[in-house]
Amino acid sequence: MMSTNQALGILLQIYQSLLVVALAPLLTGWVNQCRAWLQNRSGPGVMQPYRTLRKLFHKDAVMAYNASLLFRATPYILFGCMWLAAAIIPIIAVDLPFSPAADVIALVGVFALARVFIALAAMDIGTAFGTLGARREMLVSFLAEPALLMVFFTASMISHSTQLPRIVEALARHQFVLYPSLAFAGLAFVIVLLAENARIPVDNPATHLELTMIHEAMILEYSARHLALVEWASSLKLFAYIAIGIALFLPYGIAEVGAMTENWESALPLAIIALLVKLILAGAALALLEALLAKMRIFRAPEFLGTAFLLAVLGLLIHFLLGA
Amino acid sequence: MPYNIQIINLLASLLLLIAFAMLSQRRILSLINLFAWQGLVLSLSTFVVAYSTGQHHLYYSAGLTLLLKVLLLPWLLHRLMRKLNVRWDVETLINIPATMLVGIGLVIFSFNLAAPISQLSESITRGLIGIALASVLLSMLMMLTRRKAIPQVVGFLAMENGLFFAATSATHGMPMVVELGIALDVLVATFIFGIFFFQIRETFDSLDISNMEKLKDD
Repeated sequence: MMSTNQALGILLQIYQSLLVVALAPLLTGWVNQCRAWLQNRSGPGVMQPYRTLRKLFHKDAVMAYNASLLFRATPYILFGCMWLAAAIIPIIAVDLPFSPAADVIALVGVFALARVFIALAAMDIGTAFGTLGARREMLVSFLAEPALLMVFFTASMISHSTQLPRIVEALARHQFVLYPSLAFAGLAFVIVLLAENARIPVDNPATHLELTMIHEAMILEYSARHLALVEWASSLKLFAYIAIGIALFLPYGIAEVGAMTENWESALPLAIIALLVKLILAGAALALLEALLAKMRIFRAPEFLGTAFLLAVLGLLIHFLLGA
Repeated sequence: MPYNIQIINLLASLLLLIAFAMLSQRRILSLINLFAWQGLVLSLSTFVVAYSTGQHHLYYSAGLTLLLKVLLLPWLLHRLMRKLNVRWDVETLINIPATMLVGIGLVIFSFNLAAPISQLSESITRGLIGIALASVLLSMLMMLTRRKAIPQVVGFLAMENGLFFAATSATHGMPMVVELGIALDVLVATFIFGIFFFQIRETFDSLDISNMEKLKDD
């Protein structure tokens, strides 16, 4: 009995990891398509990221002659980190065998590792743009990271655990309660998501305007399969962040492996449908948010992220005061 | 927890959030709109307290809050702003991130201060005294850090909002006479402030109250 349960868990883990890698470009395409609709354009279609990836994988890679091993290795490390993060987060089922490998603090660490490598790789070639992008990325992320940790701490205080599966279980299982502290944490998380994924008020993912770009400036030197991996990792990162948001703030409908041994045939399709609906809604909401906001000056970004930190700390304090 | 308490807790958190938003706001127009939103949240929370405790006079004060603080006072302030032509007031004494940090400190201070008080209270919403105290202190901070007259007045009015919230959440509201008196006071104060604004501007050609320091003779 135990072994079938474990085998099912491992199977689900593999299934979730493959599903995430396959779906991540689709989510990016969906967000871009929604943005195009909101801007009264017809848009390239939701499959465009796949076409871009295929095109990039077929091209020959061009390297700067002074590129070091770090520069070559970074796309793979980046992709690996994001894939690992996506495997840790409970996306379709709660009790997957991989999820005890890291709690939320380690998850933040995985994102930080990827960030350090991409920033180092950007500086590796020695062009002005790469260095500029890396510095800006560090400015944004060193302010976003404490806010993200505070968001996780608020959720951990409510569920008395830093393990994501435990948090999701605690929030999804018991009856619906209005948590003001989680509402604050949710607002803070949205700000962190926008900043960390190079979305509009902080960075514009669709431009190569040198005065404003952050993420694009760092990956300017990459081409072909390396660029494809970097782009895919960005999609995975967006997917992972949205999955964290869903897990913390809308965990309803996720399947539990323990319960699934009895009726997993019905729980799993339900979980996947719930996930797809939530992803579609989250992508549309993200596009709407980006259409409503205007790109802010880079020096306003610290204030924006300071607001996220403030909201997350307020959430923690309100949890202490109200116990909710 | 019953749903009415959850809703009151949520509204209290919103009140605190709006107090912080006011503190971070650079434009007078948005400041006045936020004040109107705060009034709405206050009115809603009073209504929920009235519903869940069955105290009828709280319905009246919820209605009074709605009428006065959501409709009349913001309208008056909007009119004043248009007449004085001060849409783009951006000056604060300390920069906004620093103000926010001080604000967090104030919240921690008032939560700590209110913890023993709220243990004495019997009412369903005793945890909210800390939040009410925090929004009073935050509004006071806004009055202190703003240089121009209109944001200071909005801070004053927001402070009254916090006090009112403390009264409804801790003791189910004050007697009707007191409430009416305060409402009238706030209304009259806003009228008088309006007249003051015109006087200040006529004397100094600006609403910067630091000019008033020159009035003393030494």
